[in-house]
Amino acid sequence: MKPVLMTYTRRDIINFCVLMFLGLIIIPTFISTEYWYTSILIPWLCLALATIGQQIVMGYTGQLALGAAGFMAAGAFAMFNLILRVPDLGFFGSLIVSGLIAAAFGILFGLPSLKVRGIYLMVATLASQFFIIWMIDKFGWFKNYDSSGIITAQDIVILGKPFTTPLAMYLVCLGVTAVLTLLAMNMARGSTGRNWMAVRDMDIAAESMGVSLLKTKVQAFAISAFYCGVAGALFAFCYLKSLEPVAFDIKLSFKILFMCILGGLGTINGAFIGAAFILLFPVLLNSVGNNVFHGAIDATIISSIEQVIFGLLMIIFMIYEPLGMAKLWENFKQNIKSKLSSSSIKNLKSSPLKNLKK
Amino acid sequence: MANEILFFMEVVVGGLLAGTMYSLVALGFVLIFKASATFNFSQGAMVFFSVLAFCGFMQDFNIPFVLAFILAAFLMVLVGLCTERLVLRPLMNASEDTVLMATIGLGYVLEGLAQAAWGVEVRRLDLGIGDFPVPWIADNLKLFISALDITAGLVAALMIIGLFLLFKYTKIGLGLRAVADDAGAASSIGIPLKHIMLLVWSAAGVVALVAGCMWGARAGVQFALVDLALKALPVLIIGGFSSIPGAIIGGLIIGATEKVLEVYIGPFFGGAIEGWAPYVLAIFFLLYRPEGLFGEKIIRRV
Repeated sequence: MKPVLMTYTRRDIINFCVLMFLGLIIIPTFISTEYWYTSILIPWLCLALATIGQQIVMGYTGQLALGAAGFMAAGAFAMFNLILRVPDLGFFGSLIVSGLIAAAFGILFGLPSLKVRGIYLMVATLASQFFIIWMIDKFGWFKNYDSSGIITAQDIVILGKPFTTPLAMYLVCLGVTAVLTLLAMNMARGSTGRNWMAVRDMDIAAESMGVSLLKTKVQAFAISAFYCGVAGALFAFCYLKSLEPVAFDIKLSFKILFMCILGGLGTINGAFIGAAFILLFPVLLNSVGNNVFHGAIDATIISSIEQVIFGLLMIIFMIYEPLGMAKLWENFKQNIKSKLSSSSIKNLKSSPLKNLKK
Repeated sequence: MANEILFFMEVVVGGLLAGTMYSLVALGFVLIFKASATFNFSQGAMVFFSVLAFCGFMQDFNIPFVLAFILAAFLMVLVGLCTERLVLRPLMNASEDTVLMATIGLGYVLEGLAQAAWGVEVRRLDLGIGDFPVPWIADNLKLFISALDITAGLVAALMIIGLFLLFKYTKIGLGLRAVADDAGAASSIGIPLKHIMLLVWSAAGVVALVAGCMWGARAGVQFALVDLALKALPVLIIGGFSSIPGAIIGGLIIGATEKVLEVYIGPFFGGAIEGWAPYVLAIFFLLYRPEGLFGEKIIRRV
């Protein structure tokens, strides 16, 4: 076992320190409006975390899955029950256990991936989405026999201190996301991630090279569901502050799929870019609708237009840049670099869509 | 006892007829899959788009029923044309998964456009066929079967016979089968790929319109149709993606099983297991027969 931080280059560590400096010091000092924390930063971090989960199974392992929101729901309700029934676990203990519970579902519904792929697998994962939501909805125990349908999430208490202000919740989300992102990056670049990518690029070839398909695929599904579960718990406890199964319907799964694909398949930073785009674009469109047209356009029309634009972007990216916005950013950096220094070495990376291109 | 058997029969028959509604949606998927090995995820959105346009023409512009239907069908041909030109042709050499993603995008575009053009409220669609038991059957066979279900069954049967004849006996059908078999070889012997694609997408559009009318008359024309159309996916898995009879048999199996499970097992779990039962059924099928009942065996080479 190598020490965790040893595989990072100096540039990675500098990048990480800069980002953490931004997140921990710059943002809390310069942003004081609650709106930014409660409506943008917190959901962004939570959804980015879920998108990393989707990335692991789809971008890295190449398995088409469409049940992220189901696993998020499993995580969120597991968290609610753990805090309610096993208060000794503490916040982070409950968070980890609820992630593990989601991971158990991930393993269960990931098993079909051993037999099938592509659209067939997508249908199998849809089963998980519908089943988990139905289960939570129909068995009162999960909701502590609450009849109103919407349960208020408990306050976050860490080591006896309440974390209830937007800033505090943002810091909790940031901490969890940072740790899990680091872990994901490490897994992606280590032997785990190389196995995932080998399975993605050609599973039969990978198997004949000695990569166990069973282990690799199940592991990917479990880790993916763990990330989604933790993200779901944070999403419910820090952003929604309530729990209802409807919040985790199939639309959210599609949203996360879009974040994953538009952001860039098989990249961790793509998850953050994609989540930011899908989250911020409607905000932008709404403010344009309000400020430029002064409310002359109906809100439902604006949301329809937003849907059309997401769809169009999806098609355009599939045609021109199937690797998404992360690749655009990479190209942009490459351009700048090659302008600065005439001799540029082309960055040859294994691409998640290599097997998709004939 | 006799009553129980009768009740069981009623459940099964109701399920079978409801299953034909799924079959109608699945048919659109199969058409496109057969001709281009593309899985068109936007079929559900096409159902929603077409029937909303149909309703819009009738209710907002007061266009008579038949003319509105023709206009809506024409609109679907236009959608097919645009899809072929703007989405499929640039993705000619892309992999299946990439095209699948693009069709998810296409679905979003269609849903958004439909709602922007015709609004988001639920519309009623009156086909002149009531969704209530046919008195004659109720009197003579003691079965309560909705007229709408029977109509849907008949329409599905007609469309299947029509499509079957088209595929089997016409020159176009031969071309379609050739393209489905090997698009490259087919185009090299002079089969116009573009026209075939256009034809298939238009046909799928019209099938979507018919399916939409049936669903719309039952559940109202609303966004939930898109989710309902997702149920065509397990139907396809059971029947096989490239088989027209498979779509029908799959639909019947899903329809009947779902109803029987809901009525006899559902109450033990608080009901509403219809939502996921078809998908779980599909998973079991996947484990034992991934190509479906009538599909071709999937062979992959390293």
